[in-house]
Amino acid sequence: MSDLTVKRLTQRCGDIDPRDVSEYISTGGYKALVKALLTMKPQGVIDEVKASGLLGRGGAAFPTGLKMQMVHDTPGDVKYVVCNADEGEPGTFKDRYLMEGDPYQLVEGIILAGYAVGAQKGYIYIRGEYDRAIELMKNAVEQTRKIGYLGNNILKQHFNFDIEVRSGAGAYICGEEFALIESLEGKSGRPRYKPPYPPVSGLWDKPTLINNVETLANIPYIVSNGSKAFRSVGTDNSAGTKLICLSGNIANRGVFELPFGITLKDIIYDIGQGVPGERELKMIQIGGASGSCIPSDMLDVKLDFADMKKNGLSMGSGAIIAFDDSRCVIDIVKSLLKFFAHESCGKCTPCREGNPQLYNLIDDFSKGSATPSHYDVLQSLTQTMQQAALCGLGQSSPMPVVSTLLYFKDEYDMHINGRCPAGICSSTNGGEII
Amino acid sequence: MVEEIINSHGIAEDKLVPILLDIQNSNDKHYLSEDDLKQVSRLLGIPESRVYSVATFYSFFSLQPRGKYIIQICDNAPCIVNGAYNVIDDFRHILGIDMGQTTPDGLFTLEYSSCLGCCSHAPAARISGELYGDLDSEKIKSILSDLRRR
Repeated sequence: MSDLTVKRLTQRCGDIDPRDVSEYISTGGYKALVKALLTMKPQGVIDEVKASGLLGRGGAAFPTGLKMQMVHDTPGDVKYVVCNADEGEPGTFKDRYLMEGDPYQLVEGIILAGYAVGAQKGYIYIRGEYDRAIELMKNAVEQTRKIGYLGNNILKQHFNFDIEVRSGAGAYICGEEFALIESLEGKSGRPRYKPPYPPVSGLWDKPTLINNVETLANIPYIVSNGSKAFRSVGTDNSAGTKLICLSGNIANRGVFELPFGITLKDIIYDIGQGVPGERELKMIQIGGASGSCIPSDMLDVKLDFADMKKNGLSMGSGAIIAFDDSRCVIDIVKSLLKFFAHESCGKCTPCREGNPQLYNLIDDFSKGSATPSHYDVLQSLTQTMQQAALCGLGQSSPMPVVSTLLYFKDEYDMHINGRCPAGICSSTNGGEII
Repeated sequence: MVEEIINSHGIAEDKLVPILLDIQNSNDKHYLSEDDLKQVSRLLGIPESRVYSVATFYSFFSLQPRGKYIIQICDNAPCIVNGAYNVIDDFRHILGIDMGQTTPDGLFTLEYSSCLGCCSHAPAARISGELYGDLDSEKIKSILSDLRRR
């Protein structure tokens, strides 16, 4: 194991029996809950999270403390905490790792968040494909209820809180916060118009704190050790650690907990141990299926929200997919667009119609029937989708197209001229498209 | 059966997705019949149109009978670059069916799946709730023969 990795959120993963609550407790678990309920006011918990500088880990990087404050400050007797465990972003499996390795840490994070914002009920919405995570989280909730940390008058305080685990049913769009909320309400998962945002009007139109698994899993550490300790790892504007998922053509695939501030080069070559075989790295896609695709000479960018933004990148869910030089950029982009065309919920036109059209245009490149005028159409279509789609799916799905047009334009040109350099788009021979 | 499942969840609108999942998993053909949807509508007091809308929105639900074992093969980028197309071809070839079809003996259905979160063991598939990673021709053959013997 590379010494660049950190053991904080993942400290127990692989070392404890995820079914046994006593192993969690004997390794410092539920210490934060006891500390918060007995010695801290809800506002104190929020202040500590604010001071930690924790940013949402689901992709949007919204300040978690601020979101908690908004839910806390919105008037209402009934409030909810929703844990977004609908980890559908291709190449992302960090939430699964956390839920299967240390389910109680997430339960503790949700209870703390519920205490902080004044909620009575929490939901964990786990994608249906994660059978084991669903089972382990259900067990963790049940075990926690048995020891009295869920239910009424927790630790003899005036704090009632319970958690329900819900399974998704195979819809990528439900990772979008309002689509997830609609799904929890028993409807098709289609996003709502914003504003109002969930902290003001979320689940059943009540104030709702909705956070990613990794975000909530950070809260016990912050409450236990304080914001200063939390900030001891990472950079000024990106505090703490980030779980990164390495997949694709890379030797050491897996989930790694890393300090913010290290370079993508370190991640690919030190932790990931580079591309296997005699191949060279051609491209990485960072942030998930709608992330940017960048060439191998851009790896000096740091794992840091500000540095990545400066370079036009987004950390997204923390997925990094590596592609070696045997891969065709057009073919990869085509497969991503097929995915988005399938997963679009159909509510708004730019996404419902835009994704299949994008797919058709890219398919023209792979068939050798694209013309230079395709570039104009691609530009206008991607801009329309980015600006006019209702939610993040349609706004960000053009990103692979936009970024590959920026960094791999020569490969598009070659396809117009009937050549696929990787020989993948051709039907019969080494690169000529018939 | 439908009534029992609904009672175990409680009569609540928001339980529609978990109820439909349980109904589908409770029958060997892994699908929701027209009668199932009508019963759910009646017992939960939700219009049939909405039950149908939900049942056709989520990719887990099928309104057509499927096989005893549903083989969902991931065709997202991390699996593709690690040989998912070969996996798809192997399954199709061995079972003699195309994607989306069910074998005549009613045993297997082949489906695409989006990312299974099994990217560190790509290429991967999920078969009736179990994950199988690092798939190759040999492994696929042995998985299928194991399932046939069950």
